[in-house]
Amino acid sequence: MEIFTSYHNIISPLGFTTKENHSALLKDQLGVKPHNLGKLNECFCLSVIDEQKINDAYGKIKNAILFTKLEKLSILSIQDVLIQSGISLSDPKTLLIYSTTKGNIDLLDNSVKHSFPMERTYLPVMANAIGKYFNATNKPLVLSNACISGLLAIITAQRMIKAGPYDNIIVCGGDLVTEFTVSGFKSFNALSTEPCMPFDAKRKGINLGEAVSTILITKNKLAPTSMKIVSGASANDANHISGPSRTGDGLFKAVSQTLQGNKLKIDTINAHGTATPYNDEMESIAFERVGLTDSPVNSLKGYYGHTLGAAGVLETVLTIEAAHQNQLIKSGGYSEKGVSGNIQIINKHETRNIQTFLKTASGFGGCNAAALFVK
Amino acid sequence: MELNITSYCRIKNKSIFVNGKELSIPKEDVPSYFFADVYKQLEINYPKFHKMDNLSKLGIIATEAALKENDFLRRNSLEETAILLANKASSLDTDRNYQNTINNKDQYLPSPAIFVYTLPNIVIGEIAIKHKITGENAFFVCDSFDAQLLVNQAQISLTQQGTTAAICGWVDYDNGMADALIYLVEKASDSIKNINFNPLNEAILNQFYK
Repeated sequence: MEIFTSYHNIISPLGFTTKENHSALLKDQLGVKPHNLGKLNECFCLSVIDEQKINDAYGKIKNAILFTKLEKLSILSIQDVLIQSGISLSDPKTLLIYSTTKGNIDLLDNSVKHSFPMERTYLPVMANAIGKYFNATNKPLVLSNACISGLLAIITAQRMIKAGPYDNIIVCGGDLVTEFTVSGFKSFNALSTEPCMPFDAKRKGINLGEAVSTILITKNKLAPTSMKIVSGASANDANHISGPSRTGDGLFKAVSQTLQGNKLKIDTINAHGTATPYNDEMESIAFERVGLTDSPVNSLKGYYGHTLGAAGVLETVLTIEAAHQNQLIKSGGYSEKGVSGNIQIINKHETRNIQTFLKTASGFGGCNAAALFVK
Repeated sequence: MELNITSYCRIKNKSIFVNGKELSIPKEDVPSYFFADVYKQLEINYPKFHKMDNLSKLGIIATEAALKENDFLRRNSLEETAILLANKASSLDTDRNYQNTINNKDQYLPSPAIFVYTLPNIVIGEIAIKHKITGENAFFVCDSFDAQLLVNQAQISLTQQGTTAAICGWVDYDNGMADALIYLVEKASDSIKNINFNPLNEAILNQFYK
């Protein structure tokens, strides 16, 4: 059975639809900007969605006051995909998979006044609130697997449709920029005060970003930008909980497993590329080990920062959009190669025939994932 | 596909049962003392254990108990063993601890050692590291123990090329309450024909979890 990607949406500082986001990238616009956040006295580059734009968009949601910021963004994003596709979550053959690392974590902050019960910090309670808005028949499924959550949700959706009984799975990934995550990554000295530079010689660390992105995964080749999800896999480094394997073992294994049996040429790779020294180096080594030395590679984190549970969905959606326009998108923030693996990093937007792409992700807990998409 | 549970461990608050039999552990009031007592009794001998948060400690002791006196890791390839877990509270218990370190501007002490545990799948990473298990991973979060989800995900995972066995189950730690059921899943084969096993299905999981 063949499973396809279908309609999609992205809500980020660069726009409230996939089209808006895609055209912003081609104009080299960045979501990441200097911000001061909460009790932190330092300024960091973060990708934060403009409050006014959110409030204007909330007009489209019934009883918006009943929903948290992340829930509202998720509702807007899912609504866009439901309208485009004509699919309903009340259909018993349709499931919502929600991918997030921290969900409504902002509700834990005692300096922020809100009227939501603390129960709402539980990820299934949040997902159920979103599901209820759309009269979902099936209880939404939450996947929370660090930075591979979004890509793993897409792989899981593909496998679940194959296994039955669902025909359609809406995968929505979302995370906010909060003092919780900013202070945490700062405590790891992982944050850059400047726009991040994945794979670049001068990269200094990550930017955090907020976004929600939704994609429909389905049996039916519905949308004009559909791509077939050929295969996908995950693997663990079994090495360290907060640092990647120096030799890229888990990523090598996930990519090898994904490509097994496929003689397809990989036209482009959308990597994880967080812009930390170790992560990007590890990815370059893993790609070289697999033999992907000729496939142009980019990371989109130079534009959006690291959007955590949204990243795998958002980056897959943009790569699908670019593939349909036969474009390679410049790896944001990149100018001079700063990784030892023999890989080709995309240094300008370019027109190229794209039939296939590989998407990868790696995260805390030693997890890695990869998936192969074909037009 | 016929899948079997070749060993399991149930932890409910301060009681631990391995393949249905209760281990005799002193009844401590503090969960972390209970974890430490189980750790000693099982002779885990893994100093990193003491640095883990309670969710990871719970996952490690339940897994070690299920693996003890069992040849699961020798019968199966470490590269082809998946780890698939689920819970209700994600990492919220540790999230609250971490939030307390940043709530107060005058006592602003965000700690990387706590922050790293504010993801539920870290417990998967800890189990993987301890035994060098490099197979597939997934962490699901749901309202309550969901036998149907757990059976379906194990079925789907073991259908994939490159996955032949799995460590699966429920690992929840919230507000001082420990709730876990870890079980080892293997395909029917000659190598398990001489040991006691149960079929993997919803009824069995609900019976083990009860």
